[in-house]
Amino acid sequence: MTRLPSHTDRKLGLVIDLDTCVGCHACVTACKGWNDQGYGVPLSDQDAYGADPSGTFLNRVHSYEVQPQEGAAQIINFPRSCLHCEDAPCVTVCPTGASYKRVEDGIVLVNESACIGCGLCAWACPYGARELDAEAGVMKKCTLCVDRIYNENLPEEDREPACVRTCPTGARHFGDLGDPDSDVSRLVAAREGFALMPELRTRPVNRYLPPRRKDAREDVSLLAPLLDLEARGFAAWLDRMLGKMG
Amino acid sequence: MNPAPSVIIFTVLSGLGFGYLAWLCAGLATPAGIGAFLAFGAGYALAAGGLLASTFHLGQPKRAWRAFTQWRSSWLSREAWVSVAALLAVAPVALGALAGKEPGLWGLVAAALCLGTVLCTSMIYAQLATVPRWNHPLVPVTFQLFALAGGAILLPLPLVAAVLGVVLAGVLAIGFRIGDARFAGAGSTLATATGLGRIGAPRVFEQPHTGGNYLTREMIHVVGRRHAARLRRIAVAGVVLPALILPLLPSVAGVALALCAHLVGAFAARWLFFAEAEHVVGLYYGRR
Repeated sequence: MTRLPSHTDRKLGLVIDLDTCVGCHACVTACKGWNDQGYGVPLSDQDAYGADPSGTFLNRVHSYEVQPQEGAAQIINFPRSCLHCEDAPCVTVCPTGASYKRVEDGIVLVNESACIGCGLCAWACPYGARELDAEAGVMKKCTLCVDRIYNENLPEEDREPACVRTCPTGARHFGDLGDPDSDVSRLVAAREGFALMPELRTRPVNRYLPPRRKDAREDVSLLAPLLDLEARGFAAWLDRMLGKMG
Repeated sequence: MNPAPSVIIFTVLSGLGFGYLAWLCAGLATPAGIGAFLAFGAGYALAAGGLLASTFHLGQPKRAWRAFTQWRSSWLSREAWVSVAALLAVAPVALGALAGKEPGLWGLVAAALCLGTVLCTSMIYAQLATVPRWNHPLVPVTFQLFALAGGAILLPLPLVAAVLGVVLAGVLAIGFRIGDARFAGAGSTLATATGLGRIGAPRVFEQPHTGGNYLTREMIHVVGRRHAARLRRIAVAGVVLPALILPLLPSVAGVALALCAHLVGAFAARWLFFAEAEHVVGLYYGRR
């Protein structure tokens, strides 16, 4: 059923901290690693060791330079993956019902055995979250590691998406953004988290936390007090004498 | 967007075929006997052949039947239904014409379904807010005009084809002008795409991957725009030329020549329709 549910019981999603992300691409690698053996067909590569390598990834890390009105430019690393939108345009365009949004937790998934690989959902997504796998001919996208988060065969600390689990700087957070008291919701409120391309009215669940304001550099040198020396004793006499001779 | 040959061929040929079948079923100039056999045969070949070509760009063509299930939300699914309904509805009209019967009221139903198929095809593109150039009412209007003008040339209805050709040329020219302003008008920028506009002016510092991927090949296809200005002139000239050819050469050769001009225009316009369309995901890569 590719009509969107009127509501979902929970709104599971990611909160990505652009302040702490160092752009190491560990989330990209962990995602690729887990999804090579988890839900659905593996993420294939083409010409992996050749001159023109290409492959399917569910998460990509961009780097941007932002020039504020005043002060130095900032480099911001920007992980980009599925935002599990509430009004997901990728779901409604699907002709086969392969794309759907789950009522129980709001995760947007692809039923790969029903996907015809027409690519229309990827066209409908503003965020580039979907990539058609060149080997399998079906659409791949972030599953929010649906095969990890409910997996009772895993230790409890591993029951979160692979990208979140692996992030060495703790820049990625996972939780229920529909619950205002959840850790992620409180984080979003405290740090003024925002949604991407709100003008397209897709109502993403995922939120991004803006980089914190950087300290302004002080114009007065830290060494200034040390430079303002008063000569004493013999040096003071010499200083006076030489000054008079001037 | 990637101007995939299969999709360009499909939309042009099936549009022409359904436009032709619509005119045949409307009963303005329905041929009889062997003429009807050839006419409806050609219409079916174009329409169904185009639909078949469209399955070539699927990753899993053998599951194409599943596309009939989601007609409540998906224009692609509606296209599947309406196209099959149109091809079935035309059959009794075609059989009647073989026996020398007029299409009648049922013919109008069949004609409406034929044009409805073209509408569904165009809405697949026009519904996408992610491609602002497509997301405009002129897109379905242009698709309808291509179908009707091409069909009128084939019938032939020289006067109707001439008028439609001129109108289509005008709509194409206006469409190019409006389309050029659509992306900026939609308001999505790298600042809104990343949300970093709240800090300052963002620009791409480093790409997430050094090679290409599905997104860059499919949606950030900039190579096809190289000859855009020239192709626009070819498109407009191609669709307007039948208006000169048909009155001057009232013969089979004239119709063939007019059809060739129309198809050159149609293929140029459809190439540009894809090649010039910019997807907002290109913002993340700093290219559209």
